[in-house]
Amino acid sequence: MGKHLFLGDEAIAQAAIDAGLSGVYAYPGTPSTEITEYIQGSPVAKERNIHCKWSANEKTAMEAALGMSYAGKRSLCCMKHVGLNVAADCFMNAAMSGINGGMIIVTADDPSMHSSQNEQDNRMFGNFAMIPMLEPSSQQEAYDMVYEGFELSERLGYPILLRVTTRMAHSRAGVETREMKDTLPMHCPEDGRQRYILLPALARQRYRKLIAAQETFEQASEASPYNIYYDAPDKSLGIIATGIAFNYLSENYPDGFKHPVLKIAQYPVPTEKLARLVDECDEILVLEEGYPVVEQQLKGLLSKGLKVHGRLDGTLQRDGELTPDAVGKALGLTITQYYATPEVVEQRPPALCQGCGHRDMYQALNDVLAEYEGAKVFGDIGCYTLGALPPFRAIDSCIDMGASITMAKGASDAGVFPAVSVIGDSTFTHSGMTGLLDCVNENTNITIVISDNETTAMTGGQDSAGTGRLESICAGIGVDPAHIRVMIPLKKNYEEMKQIIREEIEYKGVSVLIPRRECIQTLTRKKKASKK
Amino acid sequence: MKTDIILSGVGGQGILSIAAAIGEAALKEGLYMKQAEVHGMSQRGGDVQSNLRLSDQPIASDLIPLGHADLIISLEPMESLRYLPYLNKEGWLVTNSQPFVNIPNYPEIEKVNAELDKLPHKVVLDVEAIAKEAGSVRAANIVMLGAATPFLGLEYEKIEEGVRSIFARKGEEIVAMNLKALKAGYEIAQSKQA
Ligand SMILES: Cc1ncc(C[n+]2csc(CCOP(=O)(O)OP(=O)(O)O)c2C)c(N)n1
Ligand code: SF4
Repeated sequence: MGKHLFLGDEAIAQAAIDAGLSGVYAYPGTPSTEITEYIQGSPVAKERNIHCKWSANEKTAMEAALGMSYAGKRSLCCMKHVGLNVAADCFMNAAMSGINGGMIIVTADDPSMHSSQNEQDNRMFGNFAMIPMLEPSSQQEAYDMVYEGFELSERLGYPILLRVTTRMAHSRAGVETREMKDTLPMHCPEDGRQRYILLPALARQRYRKLIAAQETFEQASEASPYNIYYDAPDKSLGIIATGIAFNYLSENYPDGFKHPVLKIAQYPVPTEKLARLVDECDEILVLEEGYPVVEQQLKGLLSKGLKVHGRLDGTLQRDGELTPDAVGKALGLTITQYYATPEVVEQRPPALCQGCGHRDMYQALNDVLAEYEGAKVFGDIGCYTLGALPPFRAIDSCIDMGASITMAKGASDAGVFPAVSVIGDSTFTHSGMTGLLDCVNENTNITIVISDNETTAMTGGQDSAGTGRLESICAGIGVDPAHIRVMIPLKKNYEEMKQIIREEIEYKGVSVLIPRRECIQTLTRKKKASKK
Repeated sequence: MKTDIILSGVGGQGILSIAAAIGEAALKEGLYMKQAEVHGMSQRGGDVQSNLRLSDQPIASDLIPLGHADLIISLEPMESLRYLPYLNKEGWLVTNSQPFVNIPNYPEIEKVNAELDKLPHKVVLDVEAIAKEAGSVRAANIVMLGAATPFLGLEYEKIEEGVRSIFARKGEEIVAMNLKALKAGYEIAQSKQA
C-alpha cells in the first residue's frame, strides 16, 4: 500500500498482483509490453511464483490464461490491439464458456498508430464477444479497475476486457495502491463439462446464457462507480466522454463542466444514464478515443430526431488519437498557438541501428535480387520492417505477423519468382511455423529468410521462443536440412552470403536461410547487466 | 504552481532520465505529476518527446495542450524547434546546441540557429562540452537538467536531491561529478536569464 509513480501499464500489473493474480500470459506488443515486464521484475511475483514467462503468441497466451482460470485461479492476459485478432478464436469462445477464476484480458490499442499497422478499436471486439468492458480514464482508475475486476469477472462469470490506449499505457501518474490479497486455491469447476465443451448442443445453451447475461452486465454498468453523470446548468449540449477522453474534456473545463457530462468507463453502455442525458439535453457530443463506437450505437442508422456530434459528422477528426486540443476545438473553444514549427525542421524517421545484423542481411539480399527481374520480397513485422525505408527499400509488403511466408507462398503459386520471405525469429515462432508447413506440404518454390537476432528486438529485447532451435524446428516441419543454411551477417561474409542466397533462390523448393547475429542493443544490455 | 514541460531529442539520447530526475524531485515536494512517454518504434534513432506536467492541483490531461508549455527541454537543436507550437508566449526553450545528424537532409545548422535566435526566451548551450569539463560527457543530460532548473518552479536544492538519489548507488564520486555538472548547467542558464 502507498503512493507510487506508475505507468498505466505498471498500475495494471501492480493491481493484478495485489488482487491475488496467479499468472500473466502475454506476447509482447507496444503499448502493452510493460505490464508483463513489470510482473517479471516484481519480487512479490517471484515469491508468489506468479507465472510470467512470455507465450509464443497471443492465442497461446489467452488459451493458457483461460486454462488457469478454469483451474480456479486469477489470470491476466495482455496484448496490443492487433494481438486480439490472433487470439480472436479463443476470445470469442471464452465468452461462450465463461470463466471460473477471474480473468482479465488487456488490450492496449494504439490510435494514431505510433507503432502499429492499424488503429482498430477493440471495444468493437468486446461488443462482438458480448462481454463486459472497462476503459480507465486515469492510471488510478486502471489500478482500481483491475484490483476489483477479478471479482467482477467472477461475480458475472465471464472474462472482462480492459481497454487502454497508448497515452494511458505509457503515461505516468501517482497511483494509490491497496492491500494485497491472497491468491486463490486451485479449484476446477463442478459444472465444467457443461460449460467448457462447446459441442453444438451445449454451445447453443451457452449462447442463450450469454444473451441472458447481457441484462446483468448492463445493470453492473448502471451501478458502476466508473460511470458518472455530472449535472450542469447549460443543457444546450450533453457530453459523453469515454475512457481517456474524459481527461481531455476536464482539461478544457478547469473550473467545472458547463454542460452535463456522462463519463463512461464500463460497458455495455449504461442506457438509463444515457437516456437521461439525451432527455435533458438538446444535442449530444460524443468524445471517444478510437472508433465512434458509442456514437454509432447512439445514432443508429437513421439518427431520427437526435442531434449527435462526434467523429461521424466531422466535429472531431475521424482518425487518430484525441488530444486536449482536438477536444477543445470540438467544444468550440479557441486554441491559441504562439509559435509555429519552422520550415527548416525535417522529419526524422526511425532507422535500423548502425551495426545491426538485419542491415547486412538486406545488403546481401538486395545485391543478389538485383540480378533478377520480378523478385518480390514479402516482409514481416519487427525491426527488420525498417528495411522498407532508404537506404534499403528492400521489402514489398508488411501486413500481419507471419504473413511474409504465406503471402510469398501465394505469390509463388501465382508464378512470382523469386518469391522471398523475410521474417524475424520471434515472428517466425509467433505465426510463421504453420505457414512453413503449408510450403513444405506443397514443396513451394520459395526462399525464406529468418533474420535471427536471437531476441524480440522491436518491443525492447524480450526472449524469443525459438532461440537456439530454429534449424531443428524447420527440419522438424519438414524442410530438407540441405536447404537450411545458416550464415553470419557481417560485411566480411558478403560474398559467401550472396553465394548461398543465389543457390537457394535457384533451388526449386523450400529453402530457409538463417542469418544469425545477436541484436546489438540486447547484447549491450546483457553486458551492462553482467557488469552490475 | 503549475509547470508544463516538453522534453525532446533523438531516440537513445536519454530524455527520459531527465524526466525521471525532475519527477523524483516533484514527488518529494508532494506535487501532482503526469508524464507521457514514447516507447517502441520511435526509439530507433527517430525523434522522441515526452510531456511532463507538474502542479500543486490535480492534473487532468496526460498531454499538454498547444500553446501551454512553460518549457521545452531538448537535447538536440532541430528537435527543440519541432515542438514550438506547444510553447506558451512567455515560455522558455532550453536546448543543446550540438546537432545530432543521422538523416541525409539535416538542415544547415546556421538555419537552425537563426530560428533559435528569433525566440525571446532561450538558453542554448553545448551540454557535452560542459559535461566534459565537469568530469565526463556522460553527465551531459545532467548539465541539461541544470540549465532547465531555473524554469521548473522547483528549488535548486530539490533537484540536487533528485540527482543525488538517482546516482546514490553508483558511489560518492559519481554523485559529486553529476552535482558539478548540474551546477555548471544551472549557472549558465541563470546568467542568460538575467
Ligand atoms: C499480432 C501482433 N503481436 C505483436 C506485435 C508487436 N510486435 C511487432 S514486431 C514484434 C516482434 C518482432 O520480433 P522479431 O520477429 O524477432 O524481429 P526483431 O524485432 O527482433 O528484428 C512484435 C512483438 C504485432 N505487431 N502484432
Ligand atoms: S534494436 Fe537490435 S534488431 Fe533492432 S535495429 Fe537495433 S540492433 Fe537491429
